[in-house]
Amino acid sequence: MKKYSILFALMLALAFTANAQGYQVGDKASDFTLRNVTGEMINLYQYADAEKGAVVIFTCNHCPYAKAYEDRIIELDNKFRDKGFPVIAVNPNDPELVPEDSYEKMQERAKEKSFPFPYLLDEKQEVYKIYGATRTPHVYLLKKEGQDFKVAYIGTIDDNYKDAEQVSKKYLADAVNALLENKKPDPDFTKAIGCSIKDKSTKK
Amino acid sequence: MKFKNLKLIILLLLFNTSFAFSQDIKVYDFNAFKQFLQKTDDKVYVVNFWATWCKPCVKEMPAFNKLYKEYANRGVEIVLVSLDFGKDVQPRVKQFIKTHQIKPLIIILDDPDTNAWIDKVDKNWTGGIPATVIYNKSKRKFYEQSFEYDELEKELKTFL
Repeated sequence: MKKYSILFALMLALAFTANAQGYQVGDKASDFTLRNVTGEMINLYQYADAEKGAVVIFTCNHCPYAKAYEDRIIELDNKFRDKGFPVIAVNPNDPELVPEDSYEKMQERAKEKSFPFPYLLDEKQEVYKIYGATRTPHVYLLKKEGQDFKVAYIGTIDDNYKDAEQVSKKYLADAVNALLENKKPDPDFTKAIGCSIKDKSTKK
Repeated sequence: MKFKNLKLIILLLLFNTSFAFSQDIKVYDFNAFKQFLQKTDDKVYVVNFWATWCKPCVKEMPAFNKLYKEYANRGVEIVLVSLDFGKDVQPRVKQFIKTHQIKPLIIILDDPDTNAWIDKVDKNWTGGIPATVIYNKSKRKFYEQSFEYDELEKELKTFL
């Protein structure tokens, strides 16, 4: 019996190490059900607007990078929701560490900015870990293939967080457009400076 | 009402002049900044990426201050690279230096095309801050995490 529990612990540890890296482009994105600011539960795989895929963005209230991108995220949702790629925003932060990112504050912000997209709280801080998000904002563009959602692009929204007018490469919009034309996004992976995700269990 | 306005103007003037006297913090784009990651002298360099609004960054500032106090005269250079942005960057960072009595060198890295340079700092950097590079001419290590002083000193010692 003891042998088995050790084996089980080992397997569990292995499973977690394997997950620590998160998703890469091409991986199947796992489903999630999280509470929206409206109170209702939103389920990725059942989300009606996600006909061709979804733009999952880990973002939050407090982070200046997230704030700088708020209007651009609204625009992206307005542009691509009807084309089958709605935005689903997820706040991955622990509100105990960042009071500004509490569920109530999320509700306030969503109201102030009239977010047209769901703004979900990753209350157990599990979803962001499975996806491998490390910062806000952190984008996972998903493409529907049969019943599954596959990761098609990971990274940033564009190449200028400071000034939407100065953007020269719209990485995310280009990636969605590529998928709409049945092409592969290029690049399919970008990086950006962002706020680390606030989690008591990590040293960030 | 008029009197109130006058008071406000005087206050603003005082506020502005006090900042005019203190020198501006140097601002670099990545190309100009990268020299701080490529020194080949005999010193050990500790380069920390942070911002005034980043809570875990602010929390670890005393550790870098203490490291400066203990090691500045023992061949260790500390560079605190602020990624602050927005209209009031200069007064904001200056005020931070004053409030937290920051001793090491502070510079501002202002280069919004971050995807173009993150990998040049370190391939393992996902883009979160705080992040720290410790290096000398023969060795380099990257940390995407926060530090307590003891841990930071322990890491530094592996370079001395």
